[in-house]
Order: sequence, then C-alpha cells, then structure tokens
Amino acid sequence: MFKILEKTLKAGIVTTPYPNGEAKISAHGRGMPEFDLRNWADARPAADACPSGAIAVSDSGNSRRVTIDYGRCILCGECAAADPTVRMTQKFDSAAAHREDLVSIAEYTLNSRGTHERLDAIQQAGRKLHLEIHRVLGRSLAIREVDAGSCNGCELEIIALNNPLYDIERFGIHFVASPRHADMLLVTGPVTRNMEMALRKTYDATPDPKVVVAVGACGISGGLFGTNYATCGGVDRVLPVDVYIPGCPPRPEALLHGILMALGRLP
Amino acid sequence: MHELLPGPDQIYADVAIAEIPAIAASLLAQSGVRLVTVFAEDRIAPEGVFYIYYVFERRGDAGYLILRAPIPASDPRFPSLAPTLPSVNWQEREIQDWFGIEAEGHPNPRRVALHDHWPDVHPLRKDFPIDTVLPPFTGEQHVYRPTLGEGVFQVPVGPVHAGIIEPGHFNFAVAGEPILYLQLRMFYKHKGAEKLFEQFPIPKCVFLAESVSGDSAFSHGTAFCQAVERAGGVEVPERAEVMRTILLELERIYNHVADIGAIAMDVGFVIANAHAGRVREMVLGINEELTGNRLLRGMICVGGVRRDWSAPQLDALSNAIDNVEREFRSLVALLQSSDSTRDRLERTGFLLPEKARALGIVGVGGRASGIDLDVRRDHPYAAYRHLSSWHRHSCLCVPVYQDGDVLSRMQVRMDEVLESVAIVRAAADNLPGGPYRVPVTAIEPDRCALSAVEGWRGEIVYWVRTGPANRIERCKVKDPSINNWPALVEAVQGNIIADFPVINKSFNLSYSGTDR
Repeated sequence: MFKILEKTLKAGIVTTPYPNGEAKISAHGRGMPEFDLRNWADARPAADACPSGAIAVSDSGNSRRVTIDYGRCILCGECAAADPTVRMTQKFDSAAAHREDLVSIAEYTLNSRGTHERLDAIQQAGRKLHLEIHRVLGRSLAIREVDAGSCNGCELEIIALNNPLYDIERFGIHFVASPRHADMLLVTGPVTRNMEMALRKTYDATPDPKVVVAVGACGISGGLFGTNYATCGGVDRVLPVDVYIPGCPPRPEALLHGILMALGRLP
Repeated sequence: MHELLPGPDQIYADVAIAEIPAIAASLLAQSGVRLVTVFAEDRIAPEGVFYIYYVFERRGDAGYLILRAPIPASDPRFPSLAPTLPSVNWQEREIQDWFGIEAEGHPNPRRVALHDHWPDVHPLRKDFPIDTVLPPFTGEQHVYRPTLGEGVFQVPVGPVHAGIIEPGHFNFAVAGEPILYLQLRMFYKHKGAEKLFEQFPIPKCVFLAESVSGDSAFSHGTAFCQAVERAGGVEVPERAEVMRTILLELERIYNHVADIGAIAMDVGFVIANAHAGRVREMVLGINEELTGNRLLRGMICVGGVRRDWSAPQLDALSNAIDNVEREFRSLVALLQSSDSTRDRLERTGFLLPEKARALGIVGVGGRASGIDLDVRRDHPYAAYRHLSSWHRHSCLCVPVYQDGDVLSRMQVRMDEVLESVAIVRAAADNLPGGPYRVPVTAIEPDRCALSAVEGWRGEIVYWVRTGPANRIERCKVKDPSINNWPALVEAVQGNIIADFPVINKSFNLSYSGTDR
C-alpha cells in the first residue's frame, strides 16, 4: 500500500496543460499540412503523391480547381516531400461542425506549361465551429464510443484520453458502457456494411439530446477505404454528424479539442 | 513457373488439389512442421483456374514450402483440411466466401467472412467490381447453436461492447457463473482490404497495409514492403534494416506495456494501469520523435524508410529507452508485489499446450502455452540476423511458458518488453551509416513473394503477386489473430463471465486484422 503511494507521489503530476496551456508535441510530429494557396505554382506533384485523395486537381481548359480535403488527410507528409512549398505543421486542432469547413478550394488560371498563372478564387477551410450543444448538455458529458469499422488506431488514441496524461475526466467527461447512458456518440469508421445496423441501433438507443462526433479520416470520409462493397464510407452516410475530428488517427489533444469545442468549453 | 521463384528459401511446388490432404498429412506428421496459412487467388482470366496456396514451415529451417494447387473454374471446390487442422477453419471458409470455392468436408461450412445475410457474391473474384453497391441485406441472420439444458442461459454480447474496443459478437452459454462454451462471430469490420490492395499503385498500398490493424501499423507495413521488395529484387540498405528493427521493437513495447496495464485494470489494479499508461506515453513520444507519428505511421516504405534520423533524435531515443526501462521495471515490481493481482491471474483462462498445438496458436498466446515460435528467430528479416554479432546479444531470447494462463501471457509480455529494450539499445549502438532508402522503380509484373514479420501479437504473413503498372494483382494478409480466436474459445471454458474481459485482454487479438 505504501509502496503504491510512494510510486504515485514520485511520478508527480504528468497531465498535459492543454487546453489551458500549449500541447507538448515533438518538432518532428506531423499534424496538418499547410498550403500557400496564393503563391502555389503547381498543385499536381502534391496531388499525385497524396495516397488518400485529400488533394485533388481537376483541369478544364486553362483553368484548374484544386481541392484540399483535410477530412481525408492521413498526415503522411507525402505532399510535403513531393512539393517543398507544402509544409507539414504540428497543427491538430482542426475539428469542424460542417463537412465543408474541412475543405479548401482554390481556382487558378493555367499558363502554357500547365502550372498556375494566377489565383482566381479561394475558399479556405476552417470556419469557426459554432455549436450550442453545451447549453443543453450542461457541464458533464457521457460518451459512448462506437467502433464502426476502424483499423483500431483511433481507438488507441481514444483510450489514451483516459490515461493520466490526457485525463479527460478532469473536464467531467467520461466514457460509459451503454448508449442509453450517453450524451455523445464518438464514432470511428469507415462504417462497414456489417456494422451499419449495429451503429443505427446504437444511435436509436441513445436518448435525446445527443451529439454524434465522427473521428478520423475514415470516420469522416471513409479514408483510404472509401466506399466499396463492404463499407458505406464516412459516418455521415449513416447518421447525422455534429462534429468532425480529422487525423489518422487524431492525437489525444485533437480529440480533446473537438469534444471540448462541441461543448463550447475551449478556453 | 519462373515468375514464382523469388529466391532459394521460398520453394514452390505445383500439386494436384486431390493430393493435398495426403501431402499435408505426411508433412505435418514430421516433427516441427506446421501449416502457416492457406489462401486462394483468382487466375481465371490469364490461366483459366483458381489457385489455392498452402504455406508450410519446418522448425529450424528458414525457408517456406509453398504448395500451389490449381482449381478449375468449372468445378470450384477443394478438400477441407479443417477436420484435422482447426487452425485453417476460418481461412478455408474465407476462401469459400470470397472466391466461391467450396471447402468440401468442412466441419462447419457456414459463412464467416461475409455475414449470413449477405447476397451470394464472391468479392475477391476478379469479375467482381470493388465499388459494387450491394442492396440492403435481407438474407437470414446468423443462427447460433442453441443453448440447451436446465439452468443454462445464453448471454449475447456485442458487437458494440461496453469498453472502448473493437466490435465482434460473443455468445456465451453459461450454467450459473461458469461459461460452458463461447461462440464467436467476427468480420464486423470487414472493409474489403485485400480487394483494395488490387486497386492501388504499390506506394499507396503501403498506407493501406498500415491501416489493416492500427496497433500494428509498422509491422503490417513492414511485412507488405518486404514482400514487394522480395518480389522486385529490391535490396534494402543496412541502415534502413536496423531502423526498421528499432521501430518494430518500439511497436512491441508500447503495445505490450498497454496490455500489461489493461490486464491489471481488468482485475481492479487501477493504479498499475495508470503507471502503464504513463510508460506507454513515453514510448509514443519517442515514436513521434523518430517517425513523426505516435503510432509509427508514414515511416515505412518500399526500399527502406521515409526519413533519416539525426544525432539529436538518436540521443532522444537513447534517453527515452533508459527511462522506459527504469519505469517499466518499477511497474513490474509493483505488479509482482500484489498478491491479489497474482491470485486473479494465476490459473485463469487456461490454454493447455497440447490444445494450443492442435489449434495452431501463434504469438504471445502460443508462447505462454509452450509453442516456441518467433519469426524473428525462425525466419530472420530486417536486422534480426545481426543480433548475434551485436554486443551482449548471443541470440534472440524467446520466452516460452507451459502454464497457459493469463499470468503466463502477462509474463511473456514482461519478458519480451525487456528483450525489446535490449534489442533497441543494441540496434541503436550498431546503427550503420549510409543511405536510409533506395530509389525503387516500378516492380515487374507477375512476381510473387511471401514475407513474414513477428508483430507484437505474433506471426504476420503477406503474400503478393505484382501486376502491371506497378500495381498489386493479389495480396494475402494473415494477421496472427485469425489463428488465435479459437484459443480464446478454449481458454474461457469453465471460467466465470466476470473474468472474460481479462482473458480476452490477455490474448488481445485484432478484430480489424482478422476481418480486414
């Protein structure tokens, strides 16, 4: 007993200061890539390198439309490796309330070499999340996690929310064993055909008011798996989604950010 | 079949399918021979047949023997080996479901990989487009074996569980508290991974391999890359081999530490789990420092690794591994000082060695029940063959216990963490200079190769056939979990349902790796 106490006292407090302080992330850590859309000479190398289709280029005549979907990004860094003007950042707080808020679109006029002559129009991702969920849910939140087909990567990071470093219970947020006790469904994907019915039943079993959060590139868009004979794609193909948390997987701070943002409790 | 000969230690032989049961029986009668995996391939368009492959290994022999049997498209059936070899039970049924080749004489030929209510489709056939949208399923649901007898009850659990874990269905038959038997239903997470490999160019497939089982991203990625490298004759630089070895061991450490904590948690020792969570985070921190990702994603590639390490990164590794070892030893001491924890784990969830052998169990679960298998030692890859020449390391120490209870499975993990710490240290001390990656051009089509990696759960096997335009024609993925689910069924018998979580956690199998 004393040994246990001694060890615990020796370990001290290890909890991250985030969100009241800075998240501690290695300088080598990869968060979201950053694109200089105004001065981007050519989007094709990055689009070719992107394994998940997060960067898409479509040309018609001498104009090009470049779509960057952070909801598909798996943070691999291949775009930055292929195009030195793309920079990987440590940015993780990209959660959004609307699917389109995760998408940047830039339209360019092309020159004869097929590179960008000038920027014609731009729509940047990342409008502010404006939810009022906290008013109805108060200060305590019960989460039911539903794995609807993930690779288990997102689950590892969700489980980490309970460890002493992230300690989600300090916010009065806890994971519960039944959807009947839950205010929020935290859903990972892609939603497989074999989990579709179970996911719907879980949603139906959750009392109103309730919030659905789609986690990770697969939960948002189907990720690498997309939509195929065995998967339905992202969670919003099956359920109405209130918040999207991108990443592959989203790191625990990103999950905290998305969940707290949904509750209007970010400092 | 010159295209099938990637090297002297993977020997292919063509045999008639009718001879397979006799050949398999005579091979398996020899000491130390086991059937690693069985899988199928659709070659109807180019050759007019399906192939079924049987991969054998023999203890002490670094090679694999791969028997290939053609199956005519007009008569798609093969003799089942499952009646005498339970380890292929699900793998043969996968072939039935995915290719529509009937496993004749299978003791339980029902659907497994596609659920019962699916329409009659065979998605891994080449004439089945991956983006087929199947209508809502209207077929009959799976019927579980009935639970009969006075006072015997059925307890259905899942697919959505109480904890933060993957989905699967467990159907318990209980008499009072003790479990009489357990029926499993998996493949809730089937997401078409093997079919998807056939759609992507090889560089993109690496990311798919990382997403087969997210807690084994680096092991699966490495197994895939090794198969492709072998198929294409790509020589991986020494430095990359050693870097891969370090990362494979870090993956083992972070998962084993988490499992040890979770086992403690499941018997109520919450503080031990909190400390384990702390140690695990130390490893995830160094993972991020070395690879840019906490779960080691985006690092492995065909031809080496994607990024080199600087001196400060290696210093950080050296510091971190010292801290991890110190904290881990302290955690082990804490666990071992708790008699009540030991009391709960000892003699819980028994898997007898003879049962484990009969069921073909691999990995941690196998080694805790006397099955002395470890791909790192038996079929060395990456830098494991250098272990003996590195300081202090005479050879890989593979912990094997005979007791087969939860405590043994935890003990295997504890031993392996310390062994991994020693390997990481030795590898970092012997990290050669030179390139970390070689440029890889398009791989020639129709080259086949097998690759195996000892993931932290056990033996991960990939088999690939390359296709035109730097694509994959067929990729077989075998996670150790698919062998090991029957071990769980066996181990829970006679235990109380309240101990099921800790027994399940002591195996900690991958649902996603099973279901793909």
